[in-house]
Amino acid sequence: MLSIKDLVASVEEKQILKGLNFEVKPGEVHAIMGPNGSGKSTLASVLAGRKEYEVNSGTVTFNGEHLLEMSPEDRARAGIFLAFQYPVEIPGVSNANFLKTAVNEVRKSKGLETLDSKQFLKVMQEKMKLVEMDKAMTQRSVNEGFSGGEKKRNEIFQMAMLEPTLAILDETDSGLDIDALRIVANGVNALRDGKRSFIVITHYQRLLDYIVPDHVHVLYKGRIVKSGTKELALELEEKGYDWIKEEVDSSVNA
Amino acid sequence: MSDDLKILDEVTNSEYKWGFVSNIESDNAPKGLSEDIVRFISAKKNEPEWLLAYRLKAYRHWLTLTEPTWPNVTYPSIDFQDIIYYSAPKTKPTLNSLDELDPEIKSTFDKLGISLEEQKRLANVAVDAVIDSVSVKTTFRESLGELGIIFSSFSEAVHEHPDLIKKYLGSVVPYTDNFYAALNAAVFSDGSFCYIPKGVRCPMELSTYFRINSAGTGQFERTLIVAEQGAYVSYLEGCTAPMRDENQLHAAVVEIVSHEEATVKYSTVQNWYPGDKQGKGGIFNFVTKRGICLGNRSKISWTQVETGSAITWKYPSVILKGDNSVGEFYSVAVTNNMQQADTGTKMIHIGKNTSSTIISKGISGGRSQNSYRGLVKIAKGAVKARNFSQCDSLLLGDQCGAHTFPYLEVNNKSSKVEHEATTSKVGEDQIFYCNQRGISTEDAVGLIVNGYCKEVFNKLPMEFAVEAQKLLAISLEGSVG
Repeated sequence: MLSIKDLVASVEEKQILKGLNFEVKPGEVHAIMGPNGSGKSTLASVLAGRKEYEVNSGTVTFNGEHLLEMSPEDRARAGIFLAFQYPVEIPGVSNANFLKTAVNEVRKSKGLETLDSKQFLKVMQEKMKLVEMDKAMTQRSVNEGFSGGEKKRNEIFQMAMLEPTLAILDETDSGLDIDALRIVANGVNALRDGKRSFIVITHYQRLLDYIVPDHVHVLYKGRIVKSGTKELALELEEKGYDWIKEEVDSSVNA
Repeated sequence: MSDDLKILDEVTNSEYKWGFVSNIESDNAPKGLSEDIVRFISAKKNEPEWLLAYRLKAYRHWLTLTEPTWPNVTYPSIDFQDIIYYSAPKTKPTLNSLDELDPEIKSTFDKLGISLEEQKRLANVAVDAVIDSVSVKTTFRESLGELGIIFSSFSEAVHEHPDLIKKYLGSVVPYTDNFYAALNAAVFSDGSFCYIPKGVRCPMELSTYFRINSAGTGQFERTLIVAEQGAYVSYLEGCTAPMRDENQLHAAVVEIVSHEEATVKYSTVQNWYPGDKQGKGGIFNFVTKRGICLGNRSKISWTQVETGSAITWKYPSVILKGDNSVGEFYSVAVTNNMQQADTGTKMIHIGKNTSSTIISKGISGGRSQNSYRGLVKIAKGAVKARNFSQCDSLLLGDQCGAHTFPYLEVNNKSSKVEHEATTSKVGEDQIFYCNQRGISTEDAVGLIVNGYCKEVFNKLPMEFAVEAQKLLAISLEGSVG
């Protein structure tokens, strides 16, 4: 579904991704871990099409299409969803209105009829349950005055509404207390249907107790340097990243 | 960045939708301004002697004045002798039925989306429509008349209710007020008159639609609204004009009188032709609007959505004379391309416990300049007067300008005046966030700006609010840098 080959990307002229290779098949959940500054968030931003990030070389195909040639909104319409590390506030625009616009844009691009207010409301009420969202939150302005936990829950709620084929969770666990983490993880798990794929970017193994990945990768210095199963995450939790850094750095030096 | 510029470029090319010219035969005065022209206009309208005398006094006073230069706008000087001061559709409609209306005028209204037909009853809006200088049709007069409400063209009111006109004309905006108010008083051609008797709540929105059609003409209409004790009325005003290369002058005067415990709500969606992308053509909108809260506990509320005109110069104001009276000003002013706006309000507190609220949202795109100018004046006797002002500016792109000129004159220690001001830019982050949810940049800007203006749109009557949102989207499409 997603195939990344030799991806090199930079931000502000500084090369961050240095030849990244990565495959995601339908229904798979991949966790990407790694020390600070290794390029995890850059990967998420490049896939979503944030324009401050420049792709220097490499290819990304998504369901057979050249992802890097698509505009951010077309990527979203094609089924890529990014749960932001720092969700943005849009004052005066209600969550419901924002989502209705988004959902209908996605539907239009698929040649589906747009939902009227009544139909939309019905869908929304169903999905709200997934993240234990109360009604008041849908009438509040997008992310405005939301607590850290509410913002992350709202991201997952949007994901549920937009029904992407590939969801990228960029440090969704950061700043969450244990209850919020559980709610968010339950939401994500409810959306695992064997076809939808996930890339879960995180610093901590803790999240992976709740969202159990099929594969775990370690990103370091812009490349994936180690891949494994969920046990790898446990090992990292226990031993830290130093042993991997040493392995990589010594092989480069040798 | 280049992407944004491209989008900006593409979308600011979107055409002004109301730019058509209707082929209506019109009866024009010769170009230029003189005592003879003033007499000509008065004679055309078959006016009584006292009104001619009023016009001539105003004209003579105007001759002593010079154009104001203090607004933060620049434009070539206006040749006042190169303007036609009176233009009327030739087939003077007798207003017995709609069938007698000139079909061209009727189709003009259809194109504008204002239906003068009976289905308007459903929308509960009574319409007075002014093309060029003359009011051509006022709907619902009879049903309003049963309640004692007068809603008619200004010219008719002069004949039918001379005492009311004599009493109130110039009582809020005297012809000595300013250059354009004097000019208007001398040459005003038509407009609307609205009178709500004591204790009556007007059951429908009253609406006037203004359109400049003929080339080379100026439009100088006059609106007078009087709400007697305990009365209530909500009044709407809309404006459009054809696309022309030359600048056309619109110098209107609106006067509102609100007696004890009366409320007048005045909403404007101003969409005069703004000129092309290079700033060629467009309406000069130099307007004086003022209301007086004459009685205790009276209220006047101005809501305006300003998206059109090459230059806007307009300060809807409230004189808070009655004790406990309330003045409000809610404004969204949008400028794009080469437009210039210098707009705001004046709240003059005279009575005790008077309070006023000012919410102004300025949005600038392209190479436009957008200024808020406001005065809050608290007189000595205005014990415990309160004002709250909030002036927000939103910049789209980096070639436009936003300016704020708040003036405060406080002569009373017990009063309380608050002023808040912010300037922000539509964030790249906000746009990207919308993009990532499948929303195009253009729609994202519309969404964000509408959110920004929500406080003001909430004050508009329902159908007007929808209109305003659409208009905003058209005026702004893609204007982000």
